[in-house]
Amino acid sequence: MEVLALQIFNGLSLGSILLLVSLGLAFAFGLMNVINMAHGEFIMIGAYMAFIFQQLFATALGGVDAGVWFLLAIPAAFLFAGALGALMEVTLIRHLYGRPLDTLLATWGVGLVLQQAARSIFGAPNVNVSSPAWLVGGFDMGSGMLLPYKRIFIIGLVVVAVIAIYLHLNRTASGRRLRAVMQNRQMASCLGVQSRRVDAMTFALGTGLAGVAGCALALIGPIGPSLGTFYIVDAFMVVVLGGVGRLPGTVLAALLIGLANTTLELGTTATVGKVLVLLLIIVFLQWKPAGLVSLQSRA
Amino acid sequence: MLKIQNAFVNYGESNVLNDVTLAVPPGQVVCLMGRNGVGKTTLMKTVMGLLKPKSGSIHFGDEEMTRWPSSRRARAGIGYVPQGRGIFPYLSVYENLLMGFESTPSRKPDEAALGRVYALFPVLKQMGKRVAGQLSGGQQQQLAIGRVLLRDPKLLLLDEPTEGIQPSIMQEIEDIILLLREEAAMSILLVEQFLDFALKVGSYFYIMETGAIVMDGSVAHFDEAKAKEYLAV
Repeated sequence: MEVLALQIFNGLSLGSILLLVSLGLAFAFGLMNVINMAHGEFIMIGAYMAFIFQQLFATALGGVDAGVWFLLAIPAAFLFAGALGALMEVTLIRHLYGRPLDTLLATWGVGLVLQQAARSIFGAPNVNVSSPAWLVGGFDMGSGMLLPYKRIFIIGLVVVAVIAIYLHLNRTASGRRLRAVMQNRQMASCLGVQSRRVDAMTFALGTGLAGVAGCALALIGPIGPSLGTFYIVDAFMVVVLGGVGRLPGTVLAALLIGLANTTLELGTTATVGKVLVLLLIIVFLQWKPAGLVSLQSRA
Repeated sequence: MLKIQNAFVNYGESNVLNDVTLAVPPGQVVCLMGRNGVGKTTLMKTVMGLLKPKSGSIHFGDEEMTRWPSSRRARAGIGYVPQGRGIFPYLSVYENLLMGFESTPSRKPDEAALGRVYALFPVLKQMGKRVAGQLSGGQQQQLAIGRVLLRDPKLLLLDEPTEGIQPSIMQEIEDIILLLREEAAMSILLVEQFLDFALKVGSYFYIMETGAIVMDGSVAHFDEAKAKEYLAV
């Protein structure tokens, strides 16, 4: 019973991390059909943002333990990574729409540049972000079961991010414009929407979310220039399994992969678990190439 | 209201509009007729800015808009109902309608305008929460027309509004065009295959053949025998 509960928690925790790193990708890849190979580097930028905030502002804001700096780093990472994403869209990606291979190559190049920039600024060795005191330790479920606060915090952060995205897409005029442009670009501009502005906004939102993911990752591991490369494959896996262009699918896919991964690791090793999950995804996509959630309509 | 002068438009190498000159006077309904593939939809797309002419000019009112992007044309007061209706399939009917306000200065929904459109097409109010892609073809057509009428366009472009829809809705659309013609507040450029329909609602007509205007005149003096040469299949 305890093992089961712990398994589910670990699965949710892994799923929430996967979801956090793939939400932003779901915007760029899913909604705009842009394969952003630099997505991982925007995650890395977010993680370094947390590091910078710790170095510069922690003392002024009540010390490292108080964690005010960390709470501020999250929106700052969102804004900075978002602004950088907007810049990248306007200067590069905009000129490559409809040329997926060129986009792939160009964004990969941007990723390498960003990695090297991080190496030049912060040095090649990994750096560490110390968690705020209130995230150290865990919630004692009794009988030795401990749910780490960091993991709970990340799950909470994902829930907030998903709700915010849902509300933005479905309850605001800007979200409505975004969906209209993604469904029928020409018609949206014929109704007066400046679709290029919407494109830049959408892409910025995606990279901004990657920045938020980076902040969360700073809590659970060391930060290095190549941090993003560890997550980019997982992120693509989640988006493709979920069904391209469907955010509910992304959520479902992340949770499923998380749960499957932790379950299959039980009794085997971490590597075997990953291999099994990958095999399951390949078989599933053979059966349903559109992913978990696909769309139907008459138009 | 709309004036196209000596427009040439290409799709890649092939010339699809060949020296087209056409005018839509204020408050009038002008019908554009011709067989399939003669360039009627291309002409509509050129007016809306989805295709750019290689040479020639397009004026809207007093302003030249040949190089304007589509969004600017929409905001200047051109409403476009494309062939195939161009609704957003995964937006609800209501959200599709709200997109009609994107070309207004405030971009905010206007309840009075919504009320007027609901009066013309009651079905849009009943189906407000439905996903637009699930509507029938006729209902989608009503949605596409209602959506552009919301912002009171100065020029309305209707590309085959009666294509593939049931007769009752065809009648409804005919009535609405006649009503708009009577109000004379908006100019309409209508592409139409049904001759009867075009002659009933139009005041002036143009007939196209392989990318060029071959015949035009007032509907009152429509020479059916001569026109049939260009229209019969």
